[in-house]
Amino acid sequence: MTYLAKSPWIVHYDGSSCNGCDIEVLAALTPIYDVERFGIVNTGNPKHADIFLVTGSVNEKNREIVKNTYDQMPEPKVVVAIGICAATGGIFRECYNVMGGIDKVIPVDVYVPGCAARPESIIDGVVQALGILEAKRKAMNENPGAAKKPAGDAR
Amino acid sequence: MQIVQLLIYLILFPLIAAVFLLFAKKGFERGWIVKLSALGIGAVSLWLLVAGFDKGLITYSVSGRIFDLAMLIIELVIAAYLLWLGLRHKKYSVVILVLIQAALLIWFEASFGHTIVELPNNLFFDQFSIIMALIIGIIGSLICVYALGYMETYHEHHKDIADRRGMFFFVLFVFLSAMFGLVFSNNLMWILFFWEITTFCSFILIGYSQTEEATNNAFLALAMNMLGGVAFVAALIYIATLDPSGRLLELGALLSSGYAIAIVPAVLICFAGLTKAAQMPFSSWLVGAMVAPTPVSALLHSSTMVKAGVYIIVRFAPVLSGTTEGMMIAMVGGVTFLLTSCMAISQSNAKKVLAYSTIANLGLIVACAGVGTYNLMWVAILLIIFHAIAKSLLFLCVGTVEHRIGSRDIEDMGGLIERMPKLAIMMFIGMAGMFLAPFGMIISKWAAIEAFIQAPFGLIFIIILAFGGSATLFFWSKWMGKIISVMRHQENVEHSIRQEKWVVLWILTGLVVIVALIFPLISSALIEPFIMQIYGHTTRLSEANITIMLLMMGLLIIMPFSMLFQSKTPKIAPPYMGGMTTVGDMKYIGSAGVSRNLVLSNYYLRNYFGEERLFMPGTLACWGLILIAFIMVAGVIL
Amino acid sequence: MIPEPWTPFVNAIIYLLLAPVVGGLVAGIDRKVTARMQGRVGPPLLQPFYDVGKLFEKENLVVTTTQNFYVLSYLVFMAVSGALFFSGGDMLLVIFAFTLSHIFLVLGAYASYSPYSHVGAERELIQIIAYEPMIIITAVGMYMVTKSFYVGTIVQSPIPIVLYLPGVFIGYLIVLTIKLRKSPFDLSTSHHAHQELVKGVTTDFAGPNLGKLEIAHWYEYVFLLGVVYLFFAWNPILAIAAIIIAYFLEILIDNTTSRVKWQMTLRSAWLVAGTLGIINLGVLYYLRMVVVP
Repeated sequence: MTYLAKSPWIVHYDGSSCNGCDIEVLAALTPIYDVERFGIVNTGNPKHADIFLVTGSVNEKNREIVKNTYDQMPEPKVVVAIGICAATGGIFRECYNVMGGIDKVIPVDVYVPGCAARPESIIDGVVQALGILEAKRKAMNENPGAAKKPAGDAR
Repeated sequence: MQIVQLLIYLILFPLIAAVFLLFAKKGFERGWIVKLSALGIGAVSLWLLVAGFDKGLITYSVSGRIFDLAMLIIELVIAAYLLWLGLRHKKYSVVILVLIQAALLIWFEASFGHTIVELPNNLFFDQFSIIMALIIGIIGSLICVYALGYMETYHEHHKDIADRRGMFFFVLFVFLSAMFGLVFSNNLMWILFFWEITTFCSFILIGYSQTEEATNNAFLALAMNMLGGVAFVAALIYIATLDPSGRLLELGALLSSGYAIAIVPAVLICFAGLTKAAQMPFSSWLVGAMVAPTPVSALLHSSTMVKAGVYIIVRFAPVLSGTTEGMMIAMVGGVTFLLTSCMAISQSNAKKVLAYSTIANLGLIVACAGVGTYNLMWVAILLIIFHAIAKSLLFLCVGTVEHRIGSRDIEDMGGLIERMPKLAIMMFIGMAGMFLAPFGMIISKWAAIEAFIQAPFGLIFIIILAFGGSATLFFWSKWMGKIISVMRHQENVEHSIRQEKWVVLWILTGLVVIVALIFPLISSALIEPFIMQIYGHTTRLSEANITIMLLMMGLLIIMPFSMLFQSKTPKIAPPYMGGMTTVGDMKYIGSAGVSRNLVLSNYYLRNYFGEERLFMPGTLACWGLILIAFIMVAGVIL
Repeated sequence: MIPEPWTPFVNAIIYLLLAPVVGGLVAGIDRKVTARMQGRVGPPLLQPFYDVGKLFEKENLVVTTTQNFYVLSYLVFMAVSGALFFSGGDMLLVIFAFTLSHIFLVLGAYASYSPYSHVGAERELIQIIAYEPMIIITAVGMYMVTKSFYVGTIVQSPIPIVLYLPGVFIGYLIVLTIKLRKSPFDLSTSHHAHQELVKGVTTDFAGPNLGKLEIAHWYEYVFLLGVVYLFFAWNPILAIAAIIIAYFLEILIDNTTSRVKWQMTLRSAWLVAGTLGIINLGVLYYLRMVVVP
C-alpha cells in the first residue's frame, strides 16, 4: 500500500443536474460520514486533487470545462461519475444541449449509480477508485509515457 | 601626484568636458566626449580611493579670494536669470525667494566681505568624501553614458520636444563638477555655491521637455530648494555675526566649535538639507521631478543630488547628536520614511514608486543622522552607498523598459520576464537590493534597529522602522511579482537595446551584488576609520553574522542553478481559472460568447495608503517638528 | 559530550532533521483536535505524512518551470531561518531570512498568472505586512529584557521574559494566528476543506511542489513555536506547557471564528502591534531608562 490510497484528495464538479447528487457528495463530507477519517479532503482545486468527482451530465457549455479540469489534474488520477446523469445523461439525456454521460468527454474509471446516489455508495465508489488509482500509479512508474494519454480518448 | 590635484581635477575636469559638450554638434562627437570623460572621471575617483583611503582627514589650502569673487558673480548671474524666468512664467514665489536670497548674499558680502580673512583650508577630504566621490564618479558617469542612448531614443519617441541635447549634457557635467565641489569643500561659502549650482542644474533638467507640467514642476523644485538656500545663507550670516573674521566658515572649525555656537547654523543648514533631500513638507518636488528624462531622475533625484542633502546632515550629525533639535530633524526623517513608504504602495507609476521609495530611504538616513550616535552614522553612510547603487539601477531599468513597452505603469510590466528577460532579472536584482536579505538595504535596516535600540528615544524609530519596513516590503514584492508572472505568447523586445546601455546596466547590477558581498571591507576601510576619527569609537556587524549573510548570498546565487536540474520535458498545464479554458493568449469566452482578456491587477490599497489620505497629516506633522526645532534655535540665539 | 563551539551546528542539524517530523506531528494533532472539536473522528495522526508522501508520488504539474525554483527557495530559506534560530543566531537575521522565504512563496504564486494565485499572493503579502511589525517588536522586546538579539543568549537568560513582555506575548499570539493560517486570518490559503479562494497562494502548485510547501510549513511551525518557548525559556517545563496551551488556543480560535476580510486583518494586526506591543515596550523603556537608570 502506498501513500496514494491513504490520502485521496478530491475535486468535485457539477455538470447539468438537479443538484441532488451534489448535496449527497457534500453530505459525505459532514461529520456524520466524516470521510476525512480516510484522509479524503475536498480540495476544490484540480491541481491538488487525485480523484475527480463529477455529478450531472455533460452539455455543450460545460464539456470544455470538464475536459480542462481533468487536464489540470496531475497524474495519476481517476474519475468517478456519480449518479445516473453523470453515467449516461439520465433524465436530461434527450435535452437538445446535453451530450450524455461524462465518458463522452473524459475517461471514467468508476460509475456510481443512483438518482440521487446515496452518500454510502459515493464513499464506496471513491474507495473502489483508490484501487484503480494505485494501479495507475504502478503503470505510470513502470511506463512513464503510458499514463499521459491525452484526455478525450473515450469520446 | 598630490591628492589635492586629484580633487581639483575632479572638480574642474567635468567642467571642461561640459564646455566641449556644449559645442559638440554631432552625436558622434558627443558620444566620444561623454564616454571618454566618464572614463576619466570614474578612473580618477578610483585613484582617489587607492591614494587616499588610509590618509584620514586632510585639508588643503587653495588660494580662494579670486574664486570667492567668481562664485559671487556667478551666483548673482544665476539669480538674475532665475528672476527673469520667474517673471516670464509668473512664478512669484520663486521671484520673491530669488530676491531675498540675492539681497541676503549682497548684504552678507557688504557687511562681512572686508572682515572675513582668507580661509586657509578651502578644500578637504576624508573617507566620507571618498565614498561620495565614488558614488558621483562611478555611478554618475555611468548614468551619463547611459543617457547618450536614452536621449537618442527619447527624441525619437517625442518628436514634439525640442532637441537640446548639447545643453542637456552640458548641464549634466556641470552638475557632476558641482557635486564634486560640494563634497570636497571645507569652506561653507563654497559649499553654498555648489549647492546652488546643483539646485539650478536640477531646475534646468526637470524642465527639459518644456511642457507645461515640466515647467511647473521645475519651478516647484526650484522654489522648495531655494527656501533651503535662503536658510543656508542665513546660517552663513549668523556664523559671520558671531565671528566677523569668518574662521568658523570652515566646516571643520564649525563642527568642532561646540553645541552653543554650532547648533544654530547646524539646524539652518540641516533645514536646507531637508529641502534638498525632499523630506516631508517638501517631498512633492521630488515626486514632480519625475517628469524629467529618466537619467536625470537616476542621477540627480536618487543617487547624487538628493544625497547632498543627507550628506550635509550626516556631516552635522556630531553636532545634532543628543540635542532636541537633532531629535526633531530625525523625527522629520522618521515620519517621512513611514508615510512615503506607505504612499508608495498606492502608486502604479513606476517612477513615482521609485521617487517615494527614494524619499523614504533619504528619510531613514536623516533619522539616523539626526539622532547621530556613532553606530547610526555608520548606518547612514551604508544606506547612502547601497541606496545610490540599487536605485540608480532601478531608474535606468525603468527608463529602458519605458522606451520598449511605451509605458511606465507597473500594471503594463506584466510578464516582463518573457518580453525582456535580461532586463527583468536586472530589475529583480535591483529590487532585491532594496528590500531583501542579504542585500544592502536590509543589512542597513538591521544595523539601524540594533543601533537605534541603544540610542536615546530610539524606540520611536524602531517602531517606525518596523511599520515602514513592512510597507516597503509590500510595494516592492508586488512589483516584483508583476514582472516575473509568466504570460505565454509574449514577444521578446529586448534586442533593440544599445550595447552601451547594456554595459552600464550590467555594471550596476554587478555592483549591487558585489557591494553587498564586500561591504565589510568597505566598512573597515572607509566607514569605520571615518567614524573613529569623529567619535573615538566605531561599530561593525559581528563576524558571525557577516559569515551567515555571505552564506545566504552564496545560497541565493546557487539557487537559480537548480533550474538546470529540472526535467527537460516538464508537464505544463495552464493556470487554474475555475475550469475555464485559457489558451496561450490568456483569453477566455465569457458569458454570451464574448471573448475576454484575462487581466490581473495588483492591490494598491488607496483607501488606506493613498496620497490624499497621508500627505496632509505628514506635511503638518513635519512642519510642526521643524517649527519646534526653529523655536528652540531662536531660543539659543536670544 | 559535544564540544562547545560545535553546539550551534549540531542544533541546526538536529532542527533540519527533526523539525519536519515534529512539525508534521503538530499538523496531525491539529487536524485530530480540530475534528474532535467538530464532533468527528478525524484522520489518523500521521495523515500529514501520508499526504506529503502522496504528493511526492504524483507528477509535477507546473504552469511555468520557474515555479520549481521559487518553491525550492521557499523551502530552503525557511529551513535556513529555522536553523539559524535553533543554532542561537541573531533574531533579526532570522526574521529577515524568514521574510525572504515568504517572498519566494509569493513570487511563486505570482509567476503562474492565475487569478486565484494572484489574489492569494496579494493577500499573502498583506498578511506579511500585517504580522511583520509585531515580529520585529517581539525581537526588540526580547533584546530590551535580555540585552541580546542572540537566541542563544536569550534562551539561557534566567529572566522570566514573559513577565516583562505580557503585551508583546499576547500580540505575538495574535499574529501567530495569521502565521499558522488559522481563522479568522486565513486569507491567503488555509488548511480547511472548503474555502473561497480554491487554495489561494498554493493554487497552481501540484504534486511534489505542493509537498515541498507542506514541508516548509512544518519547518515554520517548529520555528514559530520556538519563539513561544523563548518567552518562557527560564523554565523549560513551563515553556513546553505554554506552547501546548498556545497551540490549543489557536485551534480553538480557528474553530470558533469565521474568516474576516483583509482590511480587518491588517487593521487588527497593526492595532495590536501598535497598542499592546508599543505600550509594553514603552513601559519597559520608561522603567529601564528613567526609573532605574
